[in-house]
Amino acid sequence: MSREIPLMVPPGGGAGIEPVKGRSLWIDAWNVLRRNRAAVVAGALIITMAVLVIVGPWFSPWSYDHTDWANTSIGPDWESRHIFGTDALGRDLFVRTLYGGRISLLIGVVATLVSLLIGISWGATAGYLGGRIDHVMMRIVDILYAMPFMFFVILLMVFFGRNIILIFVAIGAINWLDMARIVRGQTLSLKHKEFVEAAEAQGVATFNIIRRHIVPNLLGVVVVYVTLTIPQVILVESFLSFLGLGVQEPMTSWGALVNEGAQEMGTAPWMLIFPAVFLALTLFCFNFVGDGLRDALDPKDR
Amino acid sequence: MLRYSLTRFLGAIPTLLILITVAFFMIRAAPGGPFDAEKQLPPEIEANLRAAYHLDEPLVQQFGRYVWNLARGDFGPSFQYKDYSVTELIAAGFPVSLRLGGSAMLLALLVGVFAGTMAALRQNSRTDHAVMAVSMTGISIPNFVMAPLLILFFAVYLGWLPAGGIGDGGLRYMILPVISLALPQIAYISRLTRGSMIEVLRSNFVRTARAQGLPERTVILHHALKPALLPVVSYLGPATAAVITGSVVIEQIFGVPGLGRYFVQGALNRDYTLVMGVVVFYGALIILFNLFVDLVYAWLDPKVKYA
Repeated sequence: MSREIPLMVPPGGGAGIEPVKGRSLWIDAWNVLRRNRAAVVAGALIITMAVLVIVGPWFSPWSYDHTDWANTSIGPDWESRHIFGTDALGRDLFVRTLYGGRISLLIGVVATLVSLLIGISWGATAGYLGGRIDHVMMRIVDILYAMPFMFFVILLMVFFGRNIILIFVAIGAINWLDMARIVRGQTLSLKHKEFVEAAEAQGVATFNIIRRHIVPNLLGVVVVYVTLTIPQVILVESFLSFLGLGVQEPMTSWGALVNEGAQEMGTAPWMLIFPAVFLALTLFCFNFVGDGLRDALDPKDR
Repeated sequence: MLRYSLTRFLGAIPTLLILITVAFFMIRAAPGGPFDAEKQLPPEIEANLRAAYHLDEPLVQQFGRYVWNLARGDFGPSFQYKDYSVTELIAAGFPVSLRLGGSAMLLALLVGVFAGTMAALRQNSRTDHAVMAVSMTGISIPNFVMAPLLILFFAVYLGWLPAGGIGDGGLRYMILPVISLALPQIAYISRLTRGSMIEVLRSNFVRTARAQGLPERTVILHHALKPALLPVVSYLGPATAAVITGSVVIEQIFGVPGLGRYFVQGALNRDYTLVMGVVVFYGALIILFNLFVDLVYAWLDPKVKYA
C-alpha cells in the first residue's frame, strides 16, 4: 500500500511547491489498529500459530499417525517426549494437534477465498450494472439466504463421501452470500458519494476513480469481513469433523480431535483440553483482529 | 399489512420448493441404495422391495409422489428404523428438541438483552468491559467445545449435575445442554443490544425524554428499548437457525433423544429418508420462522414500508 501517489502538476505553474503527502486510508487504519493492543496481540498470536502449525511437525520426533505402543493414553509427559500426551492408540497429541491446525487453518483460508471470489464478482456485478439485473441477482441471493445451508453441507457429506475438496467448495459456497450483499451495497453507495462526484468533476478517468476511490473503500469492508469469515469457516469445518463428517482418519482436524477428546474426557482430559484450547484461541484471535480492523477501517466511527 | 404478509408468504413458497427439490435429487444422485446390505438380496425380493418403496417408478413421478405426500405431512418410511415412518420419528423427537431449543432461545434473549443494555448504559465502565469480554469468549468457543468442558467441570469433577440423558425430564438434566446451546447466542445478542442501545441513547428523542424529566427507568424501558431491539429482532432468524444446527451436536453430546440426534444417526447410517425428512422439516421451520420475524420487524419498525 506504499505506492507513490501520482502527482497532478497543474499546467504552467505549481513548480517548486512541495506536495503534501496524503495519508491514505491504510496508513490511517494501521495507526488506529496499532493502538488497539488486543488486536495487535491477537494478530501476533495468529501468525505464531500459523508458523507453529506449519513448521512444528518437522521438529517433532513423531508423525501424526505413528503408534507408540509403549505409551498409549498417557498424559503430558516430557520424559517420553509426548508433551501433550497421547491418545488411546498411542499417537502423539502434540503433532496431531498441529496437523489438525494445518487442516483447520487451510480450510479457513481456502474456503474464505472461494467465498470471496464468488461474493465480490456477484456483488460488484449486481451493484455496478444495477436495474433489472441487479434485482434478479439479489433476489437469487435472498432465496438462497433463507436456505438452511448447514444441513445441505451435511447432506453433501453424507451422500458423496467425506472428501476434503468437497468441504472447501461446500463451505465456500455457503459463505459468499453475505459477501455479495456487502459488496453490492458498498458499490451502490460509493457510486454516488461526493468524493466520487468531485473526482468526476475534476475529470479523473473512470478507471482511476474505481482504482483510487471505489476499490480502496470496498477493500476495507472486504478485509474486515474476511477476518470474520475465516473463524466462521473453521467453526463449520470443526462442526462437521465433530460429527464425524469432515476430515478422515488418520488425518485429523481440531474438530475431530475435540470429538475424540470429548469421548475420553473422563479418563484422558488432556485429549479434550489441548485441541479445544488451540481451536478456541484461534477463533478468539481472529474475532479480535476482525473487530479491531472494523474499528480501524470503518470511517463511521471516527 | 395483510397484503404485505401475503406477498411475503407467497415469496417463501419457491424457497421451500427449491429446498425440497434439491434435497430430493441429491438423495437420488447419491451412490449406493438403501438396500445395499452385506448380504446380497435375491433379485426378486429386491424388486419387490423397490416396488414397495415406489423406487421402480420414473424419477419425476417419484418426486411428484414425495411432494404430494409431504403436503399431507407424510415424510415416507424410515429405511433404518424398520416399522417407523419418518413422520413418527419426527413427532417423537421434535418436542424434546423444541423444549431444549426454545429454552435456550428464551435464556439467550433474556440474558443477552439485559447484559447488552447494562453494558450500553455504563459504556466503557468495568461492567461494559466484563460483558464484552464474556461475549467475545462466548462467540469464540464453539458450543461443541463448551459442552464437553461444562460436563467435565460440573458433572465429572464437581458432580453437581448429570452428564447426559434426560432422565425423568427434570430441570437438572436440561441445565447443561440449554446453557451450552444458549451461550453463543447470549454473546451475539448482548453485543447487538449494546451497539444499538448506545446509538439509540444518543438520539434526539431520548434526549427529549430525559429533558422532560422522565425517570431513567421509564426512558430506557418505554422509549429506548423498542428501537434498540430492532437489530435483535432481525437477528432472531439466523439465531434460530444457529440454535437448531447447534442442537444437533448438543443432543449428540448429551444423549438427548431429540430430532438432532436422529439426524446424526440417520446421516451416519445412511438412512436417506430420515435425513432428508429432518432437513426438509427443519428447513421449512427456519424459512417460516424467518418469515415470521420479518413480519414482526415490519410491524415494529415504522420505517419499513409494506410494499
